[in-house]
Amino acid sequence: MSEPGAAVPVPGDYKSDVKPVWCPGCGDFGVLNAMAKAMARMGLRPEEIAVVSGIGCSSRIPAYTACYGLHGVHGRALPTATGLKIARPDLTVIVTGGDGDGYSIGGNHFLHACRRNVDLTYIVMDNRVYGMTKGQPSPTTETHWSSKLAPQGTGLSEFHPMAIALASGANFIARGFTGDPNGLADLIVQGVRTPGFSFIEVLSPCITFRPEQKEWKKLVRPAMLAATDDTAQAARQIFTDDGMNLGVLFAGARPAYQPPIGSGRRSTQELEARFAL
Amino acid sequence: MTDLQQAGLRPGPHSSISIALAGSGGAGVMTAGNVLLEAAALAGYYALMTRSSGPQIRGGEAAALIRIATHPVECMDGVFHLLAAVDWQNLHRFAAEIPLGAESLIVGDPDRGEAPPTFTAAGGPCVMLPLAQLAKEIPGGRANMVLLGFVAGLLGLPDDAVRRATERLLAGRPAALDSSIAAVAAGRAALADSGHALGLDAPRPASGPRWLVSGNEAAGLGALKAGVRLVAAYPITPATELLEWMSPALASVGGVLVQAEDELAAINMLIGSSFGGVPALTATAGPGLALMMESIGLAVAAEIPLVVVDVMRVGPSTGIPTKSEQADLNIALYGMHGDAPHLVLAPNSVGDCLRTTAWAVTLAESLQAPAIILSDQFLGQARAAIDRPADPQGEAVRQVAAVGMESYRRYALTPSGVSPMAIPGTAGGVHTADGLEHTESGTPSSQAADHLAQLDKRRRKLECHDYGDLWADVEGDGVLALVTFGSCTGPVREALEMARGRGLAIRLVSIRLLAPLQPERMQAALAGVERLLVVEQNQSGQFYRYLRSEFDLPARTSSLRKPGAQQFQPQEVFRYLMDWSRT
Repeated sequence: MSEPGAAVPVPGDYKSDVKPVWCPGCGDFGVLNAMAKAMARMGLRPEEIAVVSGIGCSSRIPAYTACYGLHGVHGRALPTATGLKIARPDLTVIVTGGDGDGYSIGGNHFLHACRRNVDLTYIVMDNRVYGMTKGQPSPTTETHWSSKLAPQGTGLSEFHPMAIALASGANFIARGFTGDPNGLADLIVQGVRTPGFSFIEVLSPCITFRPEQKEWKKLVRPAMLAATDDTAQAARQIFTDDGMNLGVLFAGARPAYQPPIGSGRRSTQELEARFAL
Repeated sequence: MTDLQQAGLRPGPHSSISIALAGSGGAGVMTAGNVLLEAAALAGYYALMTRSSGPQIRGGEAAALIRIATHPVECMDGVFHLLAAVDWQNLHRFAAEIPLGAESLIVGDPDRGEAPPTFTAAGGPCVMLPLAQLAKEIPGGRANMVLLGFVAGLLGLPDDAVRRATERLLAGRPAALDSSIAAVAAGRAALADSGHALGLDAPRPASGPRWLVSGNEAAGLGALKAGVRLVAAYPITPATELLEWMSPALASVGGVLVQAEDELAAINMLIGSSFGGVPALTATAGPGLALMMESIGLAVAAEIPLVVVDVMRVGPSTGIPTKSEQADLNIALYGMHGDAPHLVLAPNSVGDCLRTTAWAVTLAESLQAPAIILSDQFLGQARAAIDRPADPQGEAVRQVAAVGMESYRRYALTPSGVSPMAIPGTAGGVHTADGLEHTESGTPSSQAADHLAQLDKRRRKLECHDYGDLWADVEGDGVLALVTFGSCTGPVREALEMARGRGLAIRLVSIRLLAPLQPERMQAALAGVERLLVVEQNQSGQFYRYLRSEFDLPARTSSLRKPGAQQFQPQEVFRYLMDWSRT
């Protein structure tokens, strides 16, 4: 937290000078703004925050923040952040990425991050397409969406991230919209403040490969999800949802997984005694 | 005259005796083996034990292979003096691993049938001992401990050592302890009746403290001594014991072990931990190393220290998970895409697993680079009574950036190539560690000049470092030399002793630092050498080809190699060496 007398932090304090590679109008700009607003609201020092990502358009976010960043390999942001948070429980660790990074190549880690419940906040910018490789279907792409790689559509049913997160044990589950940075910042603050694994799905349009997503701003319904700590109730809600309801779906009370580190008192000399004859 | 003398078995004295204790699953041969190993160690002998078992998860045939000697032993012998079995079910499968000589003694229970012809064909004497019957006479008595008593007596191990070893192993199980001690005594009494003996020389007085340890445990301890405090890993044979040893050990020194969902997660957990300033290590085998390769490349590019212990097993694919092979050298050296300089090291004995692992941590930390350690199933799973390994040299010191710097550049182009790393939490050190090529400040860049500058920096820091004398063990002199690495060093060293006994002057170079190679030191080590033999345990000669590609070796350089599942035996190397030296 800020020291008494220090200047009140503003969102600009959490953004770097690096110019984003995103297309003009990309939804990810709004997520970056919302993250900066949330950080300012929480009054954290930038150096106490680490932003960890994998590969993809949205995974470029760490360098655009003024926090410590780790831009790793495709699909592995969650285990990277897990290692960091377990080693450094004092840091606030935010994980960012897209639907391909998180649900396809990194799908297994998503399940286990939810289940492990380390105190991370995972923000997935879902645009239902691979943007960086120029327009291939992702796990959340609609069945019949035509692309060069799958002209007839994938023929596959869509991945349901919030249902998977709920079933796998995530402690906080919410959906936000990039066109509502204030609402999204609220969700991020709640996610960071809730112990354990917080999952925030963000509708973040790809105006280049999915221009029809510009309509999302008319379709989303803010504050429609009714927060509950009851998994059955959350499950009923999520399976009757059309993907456009915003807000907190689930906020549980599972304690975060944080094995003690730095608390052992034995020396390695004591350890080797067991080998001595 | 005893049966043994009649059969022509050399009664001794022996400076080294090799014993196989075998039987079907549940017969307790591993327990008996561990007690025998420990008793020999407590009696002041050097010793080595490896385990062999069938493919079953539980049950199935098993053998404890034990070598006891008055001198340090780093490999199994080419001949077993004694095969002692509780029963003979499927034991013919071990024929290749338990070579018997014409003088080798076979001990078995007549009520459990006869020894398989594959063993009796060697012509050694068979001693029949009613193990099960003797065990039956003791409440809770078991045949394995009767056999142990017989074998311990045969070797002349003191009663007290056997008793202490039994107590150590069965601590907390008083009933089992009492019946075991009675069974051991019954075995000894049976021996006295039979009049057999296998003379083992008296142990030499110990010059210092001795340890009983496995290579996997030694590696774990080395990692902790060098400062590793986070281990993330996925279970895999034959690396699992390293993890199981480290889990409580880490906790007791303030560290943590995380069981990851797969090897991809494990290696990235290391990257996260190390980025956070906590030195990290994983242990795996070939299949896991293959999965980790992409992320080890990230550690190269983003300059994040970490250590991967590859306890090599027979490959490719699932291969033979319980057997040793040195065939992961190529993937360890060349497995990454892009130009990715990194460290590759290999311990060359059970005890050296401690020092080499500690050294790898130190190098990784000080050079901000990933290190791959090529241990193997033999070194990792062998338990050995050895002189206490030397303490690792030097502390792991990572150059970290101080608080409050002006215009910090994470990847600054320094003369050494190592640039101070700002650990999260450090004010003024904020940066993004990136697998994308970057500028000095860490900003992604697709400029050729930035790529070249950073490539040069990452290579320079490894090539300019002074690695000191640990790069290799260099022994002996002469115009002939053997070059090897890892677990081949044990049998090669012993073969060279035999050859020197025949008057052959010959050098040994056992390379511990496999990458980056040390051309000047290698040149000095091989100065005056006319003929070179490269020894390794794989089929394609990976080490031989690597050395030929990197060094200007003598024209008369040849390769001795064989794939895994069987270790080189000293006699095998010796015979080859003598023929090679004459041609």
